Amino acid sequence: MTNGLVIQTERLGKSYGRIEALKELNLSIRAHGITAFLGLNGAAKSTTIKILLGMMRPSSGDGTILGQRISDPIESVRIRRKIAYVSENKRLYDYMTVDQMIRFTSAFYPDWRPSEEQRLLRQFKLPRDRKVKSLSKGMRTKLGLLMAFARQPELLILDEPSEGLDPGGIEELLEILVARCSEGTTIFFSSHQIAEVERIADQICILHAGRLVLDSSVDDLRESYRRIDLIFPSIPAEHDFRIAGIEDVRTRGHQMSVLASRNAEAVVARAHDFHATSIDITPVALRDVFLQKVKEN
Amino acid sequence: MFFKITPTSGQSLYLQLMQQIRHAVENGALRDGDQLPGIRTLAQELVVSPNTIAKAYSELEHEGLLELRQGSGAFISVNRRARSLSNHIQAASRSVTELVEQLRERDFHDEEIRRMFEAALLHQPEMVRKK
Repeated sequence: MTNGLVIQTERLGKSYGRIEALKELNLSIRAHGITAFLGLNGAAKSTTIKILLGMMRPSSGDGTILGQRISDPIESVRIRRKIAYVSENKRLYDYMTVDQMIRFTSAFYPDWRPSEEQRLLRQFKLPRDRKVKSLSKGMRTKLGLLMAFARQPELLILDEPSEGLDPGGIEELLEILVARCSEGTTIFFSSHQIAEVERIADQICILHAGRLVLDSSVDDLRESYRRIDLIFPSIPAEHDFRIAGIEDVRTRGHQMSVLASRNAEAVVARAHDFHATSIDITPVALRDVFLQKVKEN
Repeated sequence: MFFKITPTSGQSLYLQLMQQIRHAVENGALRDGDQLPGIRTLAQELVVSPNTIAKAYSELEHEGLLELRQGSGAFISVNRRARSLSNHIQAASRSVTELVEQLRERDFHDEEIRRMFEAALLHQPEMVRKK
């Protein structure tokens, strides 16, 4: 691993003919943390993950995972030995029973922990003798998660892990992720569920239409994003408030609403210059930051 | 000791935790020598990143309110410095309470008072803000 980063990409791109699905992606994911990879459906989250895992070739750029090049076939195999991955559609063999599926998978991994496998089987209440084919969507998800969690990887990559789980299942999943992070595993998971992200994530990356539009620690986001609602006797021009760190300015009648990713102080100072009669500053929920970032530009 | 984390609030989770521990020491819910849960235990209980707990503990250690002993956990340490700090905070908190009471008597709603505090805190760009 180099400079404490487990995942690092440089100008990673993927095109399908003329369509650019992923554009010059630069990711830097630190070790021992929980990173959420957010984006709307179709933002290219799964494409990115598949490229990272060597399951898909990038059209441009390159990257490393745990210090190994993703574009090198031999190093890519080393990567896959050290990480565990849960895919979006939880690729399972329908004709096997739960037990057979687990035996089959565990045979590939020297870091398999039988005690953890047994614990998760009980926790998830998975029916060992049932055919995979007959499992519900939630059960399939749990089986997919079990096969990743029963290992002890350095890095855990999960593509929409909560898909198909009920609220109880999501809570169990989050508890396991937190426990794994405590043991030193780095976690990188894609999601479009803000509620699960804002509890457990240390870092957030937002992908929108193939571009990275936000990469920040969650603490920084919470401390620096502010909405400032202002009332003026006579409304100033919006461009007077379009200063560094200002994401959005809207006016309606005598009111102005400013969204600041930083520099809220400067907005307040300027509001005083324009004799604002009311200045109202409120923190911004992660959900609003997300929606702001994925608005069509 | 029960902790409560509100992820939807704009405040960082580690700051929420720090405040609750500080508050618990001020009002006597936590006393000198009391042990706090381990990072992993508390992270799982609150379902937050262990890094959140680690950051809160380490900042509180820096403030002198917590002693981290390798391998055995985190203990409340109300030494003289922390005690005088806590008196200091209590005095300041009394002043704020008085001011808030005065504003309420003048018919301001709590929400309005909160906004005024936020605006006043931000309207000093020349001052170096302390975290």
